[in-house]
Amino acid sequence: MDVTFQFDWQAAFASIPHLLTGIPYTLLISFAGLAIGFLIGILFGLLRISPSRWLRVPAVAYIEVFRGTPVLVQVLFIFYGLPQLLGGPINALVAGIAAIAVNSGAYISEIVRGGVQSIERGQREAGLSLGLSRRQTFRYIIWPQALRRMIPSLGNQGIISIKDTSLFSVIGVGELVRQGQVYIATTFNALEVYLMVAMLYLVITLSLSAALRLLERKGLVGQ
Amino acid sequence: MKRQFTVASLASCLALGLATSAHAQETLDVVTDPSFVPFEMMDQETGQMVGFDMDIVAEVAERAGFEYNLRTMDFNGIIPAVQTGNVDIAIAGITITDERAEIVDFSDPYYDSGLRLLVNADDDSIQSIEDLEGKSVGTKIGSTSYDYLQENLGDDADITPYPGSSDMYMALLGGSVDAVFYDAPNVGYFSQTQGEGRAKVVGPLYEGQQYGIVLVKGSDWVEPVNEALASMKEDGTYDEIHSKWFGSASGE
Repeated sequence: MDVTFQFDWQAAFASIPHLLTGIPYTLLISFAGLAIGFLIGILFGLLRISPSRWLRVPAVAYIEVFRGTPVLVQVLFIFYGLPQLLGGPINALVAGIAAIAVNSGAYISEIVRGGVQSIERGQREAGLSLGLSRRQTFRYIIWPQALRRMIPSLGNQGIISIKDTSLFSVIGVGELVRQGQVYIATTFNALEVYLMVAMLYLVITLSLSAALRLLERKGLVGQ
Repeated sequence: MKRQFTVASLASCLALGLATSAHAQETLDVVTDPSFVPFEMMDQETGQMVGFDMDIVAEVAERAGFEYNLRTMDFNGIIPAVQTGNVDIAIAGITITDERAEIVDFSDPYYDSGLRLLVNADDDSIQSIEDLEGKSVGTKIGSTSYDYLQENLGDDADITPYPGSSDMYMALLGGSVDAVFYDAPNVGYFSQTQGEGRAKVVGPLYEGQQYGIVLVKGSDWVEPVNEALASMKEDGTYDEIHSKWFGSASGE
């Protein structure tokens, strides 16, 4: 079987307008999911370091379950499994956002915990001895410093979650990969189209990296 | 929320004894496969899905009185998505089977089909299903062709199920599998278009089958959809669409 492939630049460029229609979905699922995931992460990250076992144990359970199962299984469970429990349908876009939210939320919980725990004990003592309450100490002294330390890890998680949305082609969301697959189904230019799909992901993730670098340099919080 | 509204509105329609006209303005979620030529495929010029099924569903919607949003999904996800009610209607060259009819509702059949074998153009060693023993064959996940292969060949052949039609055909042309076994109209269309000169259809038509439109179990739309299909067959619209995609009217 002799198969020779010729890279067809024209076919590659011709696919771009169609692929672009998937970008809004990719971005919407990523960013809506990450925004919710960040809130979940702050909540469970802080519960995770709470002195009360009643708060700590559920947080550990949540983190381990969602960190320990594939995001593909999570989205299939949400989209195909959950409706049988709820007795009502679930919109594919909502299922995708929910999957990114619970999945990134588990990772972000650990990022938050690591960030907060990395702040030296002396900072807390200093705050308290200045006469700040425990809550004020956390809010004005610990949290701002912790947040700055979290930025690289949060950026990392953001990039991972953006790439995870590519799995949601399986539930029929018209995101980037799905648009690529539909296009290939008609043209059979797998080589060219998947390369363009990869390039477009790079454009998104590199933009995010650049934005994060800017954020770090500008300094979210003054030294 | 949407569901409750739908149920309430349908209930009131039924209570009033109104026919399908009361459904007007309702928007349903319709799902299809991204690649099942010539039933559904993307028009490269417009980026829209076109094909025999697409014309059928547009006409059915028109006559039954609903609007719809169209999405694509890998074939193996389509019936589960209708089963959960996540989508209202599916049209994707879906064969009517007893197993499927237990979890979803089918419209009356709208297309007669079967299964066929496709091999590389220079391959003369395969003439029928029996010749696949010890060879590898590609098909689609969750399809009737996959079930047929499992029943008739089982472990005697290396059966690889693919998520999409294009994956399966590319595997054949790339030499990953010796044959593809799949729905007759799709195999025939491929062998005359992208596969021309590189792949050929061999052997008889296996398993006469019929395609139906899939609806949520107990859907109130079954009746209107069937009425629409019947009226299309009656006034010649169905034959027009059939000629457009298959080059001849259905009766020929």
